[in-house]
Amino acid sequence: MVKPTRVSNRIRAHRESAGMTQADLARTIGVTRQTLIAIEQEKYSPTLELAFQIARAFGVGIDDLFQYPEQ
Amino acid sequence: MVYEERNAWAGLIVSPITMIIYVILIVQQAAGGPLTDVDWFPLMLWVIGGSIVAVIILSVVWGMIAGMTDAGGVGKSDIRDRDISRLGGRVEQAFLVIAGLGVIALCALAADVFWIANTMFAGFWMAATIGSVARVIAYRRGLI
Repeated sequence: MVKPTRVSNRIRAHRESAGMTQADLARTIGVTRQTLIAIEQEKYSPTLELAFQIARAFGVGIDDLFQYPEQ
Repeated sequence: MVYEERNAWAGLIVSPITMIIYVILIVQQAAGGPLTDVDWFPLMLWVIGGSIVAVIILSVVWGMIAGMTDAGGVGKSDIRDRDISRLGGRVEQAFLVIAGLGVIALCALAADVFWIANTMFAGFWMAATIGSVARVIAYRRGLI
């Protein structure tokens, strides 16, 4: 049921450099703090729409936040 | 813990207790005689009603306690909750289908109505319990 994802993210690093708490970012993108924690810990893959919202909250592109290995 | 996860846990806590109570009551009423002679219908209704009330009470009390620490997020749900809910629903459906097939088989064998009704009841119970387990695992271990 729970398969590993190859998508990694740098949300935590961006959030900390922006001086935001998990609660702040969760409120900004309209999810619960628990969902943001799950995304940061790569236990939940956000939808494309949510990924865009997170990227927009930091003013960066999706590629800056999410990485997918070549192979 | 979010609202939907608390509900999943509440169901997971209440389900086994109510099933144990139901089986004890049925066996007690049978008093060593055949189970098919037991007046199972009122017992089943009481157990179903009781479990619904118990889940609601547990969820409300748990919500009140959670509200003391996280007043803003106590009743919130989002897309992850909906994804996990869908996963739980799919697991539940699988067990309901198995129970339905069991009922059809028992009908084909002209089994006593006690066994037909209780097979379906056990299927509902199993579906709800395994569905809650799937939800809780998705909340704790992740949904990817």
